[in-house]
Amino acid sequence: MKARAIVVTSGKGGVGKTTTTANLGAGLAKLGEKVAVIDVDVGLRNLDVVMGLEGRVVFDLIDVLEGRARARQALIRDKRVENLYLLPASQTKDKEALDPERFRALVQHLLTEEGFDRVLIDSPAGIEKGFQTAATPAEGALVVVNPEVSSVRDADRIIGLLEAREIRENLLVINRLRPRMVAKGDMLSVEDVVEILGLKPIGIIPEDEGVLISTNQGEPLVLKGMGPAAQAFLDMARRIRGEEVPFKNLEASPGFLGVLRRLFGGG
Amino acid sequence: MWWRGKSKDKAKERLKLVLAYDRASLPPGLVEALKQDLLEVLKRYFPAHEEGLSVALEERGGRMVLVADIPLR
Repeated sequence: MKARAIVVTSGKGGVGKTTTTANLGAGLAKLGEKVAVIDVDVGLRNLDVVMGLEGRVVFDLIDVLEGRARARQALIRDKRVENLYLLPASQTKDKEALDPERFRALVQHLLTEEGFDRVLIDSPAGIEKGFQTAATPAEGALVVVNPEVSSVRDADRIIGLLEAREIRENLLVINRLRPRMVAKGDMLSVEDVVEILGLKPIGIIPEDEGVLISTNQGEPLVLKGMGPAAQAFLDMARRIRGEEVPFKNLEASPGFLGVLRRLFGGG
Repeated sequence: MWWRGKSKDKAKERLKLVLAYDRASLPPGLVEALKQDLLEVLKRYFPAHEEGLSVALEERGGRMVLVADIPLR
């Protein structure tokens, strides 16, 4: 992806924006990029707990935008991987304080003066002001979608809004795919979602219990080790960096070998 | 299950229709209302005109178009 400022968005809530942001940030950092992940969901802060950094929050995004803290003071360095930083959302302050133009300037500052290679912006759900602000500095977007009707419909709406903002480099993250249901014809396939939404996929993430376990523990899956979703997030990070990584064959049922792999190879 | 067909085909069909309306910012029921009006007008010009009129949204090369199919006999 050419875009260095990327908004992670979906329209619908609960489809995996925050998980995607955390794991993609960790994946890109693991591959050598200096990454800032920014939580823009003011009042419903979550990226900090998903990443396990909630105990280290001192300043937040609105403190920085209003000049009470410098960006460098508010960024929390993740000690488990080089070059991964979190800028948390404010949990208590008024979200009206989140000024889109100041936010744009902050993201530019991180990219041009603080040496960041990539800024990932975790958008709030919905299509209102929170989303609009999150999208303001973005040069590209990852649209997270689950293969089900309400998520696909909301993703379509978000894609229209991104295009209206002249954000052009938009790619799909198809999350929580259940290959067995797809094989039975009871879940939209990757091809179906791509056909309906008209965007290319950059990540295809299978449903994986490991995601919830890692969220419970506060450690992004990508940092913990392997498993199907961790592998898929890491592959996605490689594609974003421009590597040609073929999509794993998730359509077939796992079969005997797959079951063995799941039993013995999991992280 | 074999007796109910693939549920994802139903999902896809429903999504395509609802997205056609969403993308064109059309209120639900609009096309049906238009169809009723068209039928009335057609009766004026073709009194013998019977059934078979279909009006539907279609996507053509990235544009939404309204297609009316009017069999005359």
